[in-house]
Amino acid sequence: MALPSSPIAAHDVAPEDLATVSRQTSIYVYEAPVRIWHWINAAAILVLCVTGYFIGSPLPSMQIGEATDQFVFGYIRFAHFAAGMILTVGFLGRIYWAFFGNHHARQLFYVPFWSASFWAEVWYEIRWYLFIAKEPKKYVGHNPLAQLAMFFFITLGVSFMIVTGMALYAEGAQAGSLTDTLFGWVHTLTWNSQRLHTLHHLGMWWIVIFMIVHIYVAIREDIMSRQSIVSTMISGHRTFKDDRKD
Amino acid sequence: MSQIETFYEVMRRQGITRRSFMKYCSLTASALGLGPSFVPEIAHAMETKPRTPVIWVNGLECTCCSESFIRGAHPLAKDVVLSMISLDYSHVLMAAAGHAAEAALAEAMETHKGNYILAVEGNPPLNEDGMFCIVGGRPFVEKLKEAAAGAKAVIAWGACASYGCVQAAKPNPTQATPIHKVITDKPIIKIPGCPPIAEVMTGVITYMLTFDRLPELDRQGRPAMFYGQRIHDKCYRRPHFDAGQFVEAWDDDNARKGYCLYKMGCKGPTTYNACSTIGWNEGISFPIQSGHGCIGCSEDGFWDQGGFYDRLTNIKQFGVEANADQVGLAAAGVVGGAVAVHAAISALKRAQKKTQDKVEG
Repeated sequence: MALPSSPIAAHDVAPEDLATVSRQTSIYVYEAPVRIWHWINAAAILVLCVTGYFIGSPLPSMQIGEATDQFVFGYIRFAHFAAGMILTVGFLGRIYWAFFGNHHARQLFYVPFWSASFWAEVWYEIRWYLFIAKEPKKYVGHNPLAQLAMFFFITLGVSFMIVTGMALYAEGAQAGSLTDTLFGWVHTLTWNSQRLHTLHHLGMWWIVIFMIVHIYVAIREDIMSRQSIVSTMISGHRTFKDDRKD
Repeated sequence: MSQIETFYEVMRRQGITRRSFMKYCSLTASALGLGPSFVPEIAHAMETKPRTPVIWVNGLECTCCSESFIRGAHPLAKDVVLSMISLDYSHVLMAAAGHAAEAALAEAMETHKGNYILAVEGNPPLNEDGMFCIVGGRPFVEKLKEAAAGAKAVIAWGACASYGCVQAAKPNPTQATPIHKVITDKPIIKIPGCPPIAEVMTGVITYMLTFDRLPELDRQGRPAMFYGQRIHDKCYRRPHFDAGQFVEAWDDDNARKGYCLYKMGCKGPTTYNACSTIGWNEGISFPIQSGHGCIGCSEDGFWDQGGFYDRLTNIKQFGVEANADQVGLAAAGVVGGAVAVHAAISALKRAQKKTQDKVEG
């Protein structure tokens, strides 16, 4: 039975529910382009990791038909290249949005290296993850440790994968192609492109490690921190579980 | 230098007919990817230009480049190419030996100063003041620097001169060093391979003689016409690669059917060379055609990438020797384990806090 004075018109709302709801605040943090990019990027990375792994260690040979009628490995490579192009375009779009979106959209691309309070809060977050600090601080955007991780794993990691990946793609596109003109110079850093393949392959594991940590921490903090995490990347709203000061 | 014969004169003197000469010119033109209109240009150049003096020096090497060179496939290559350049000094091919040979070198360097092409086979070891390679009683590195000083251009034959090759393999006790790190003031054209293809060697020399300039080079300084594409790009087994049909073991049915050797560690996808188009031994075959993967012999560091038969090459930094998957899986395993432990502790802590709150609350 809904209470007459209730701000929420759900008919099963109880007084103890309302006691919580009156304290809740929400801030619009992640605008639509950021959220759409996040999920496209996640899907592209998943496809890239799976197909990339199979490019390095192909599936057992298949005998569907004559070689001319069969394109199994070709499709795996095509999926890899297509996902790579989507990742690249998405990343460029994300950089564009860092300039034109709200200030939270910029957080991914820098580390406030000279700010002492930033490092102090990184240290506080580390203490929280080491179970020393009793309670985490509240943040509208990324917490400082998350910002640091995002910068190294995504900004640097994805940039590295795009540059090395495009350079490897340029080998197939060949001299004179756009990718070769833009990224062929990368080969002068490693010479034998087998080395570049190895670095690109290690980069995949760097991203895989990020995925493990990112998904774990997002779910853990959604449960244990004082704010919403997972749903924020769906709705864009950051809600807080309490209104106490830090 | 009117006493130096033209190429054509030498050929005629050696009993080569005009017909064979023109055939050679058109074959060379097509080998260089120049098209029929360049045939008369090549013929004209050979009829009128004096032979270019070439000094061919050998450092730390196995002579496979010379061996390949003298097997130039076209019948004329053996007779003509060696005559069309004025090969004034070459350990392997010259009749003279000892003091006479060294005197010939000194004379050639003096007479043709600034005009000769220096062809370098092998590389100089720099450790112990170059004592690991003594030629004519002196360290090779000294001789190389001297010869390079008066050269018009330098050709780096093979993987040794271009990259260091097996004698530069870790830990490289003699400090064998590719020549571009020793000769820094001359244009160097790299013809890598262990050895390079004979027709590539003769083709590059013919191009330089005909047009009096270096051919178009790629980023690494290799002639783009021969090293512009990977073995993989023109491999006749490529359809099996795209189909996902691979040789899984050396003696399996797929090997007999001639499937792709990618899984057997074939380095065709990362090797820039002309083997899959020109072939070896008069175009008879090349490694992949004979059922063995490419080992990537025309690529830098091919000798230090782990097994020739592994798809994923080894990483040797930080004292480990493992491929990217082994390193990555180990790291991901450690992180995954840490996450699992952390999650367990988090759950316990949370349960503990709830109980406490209940007690206190």
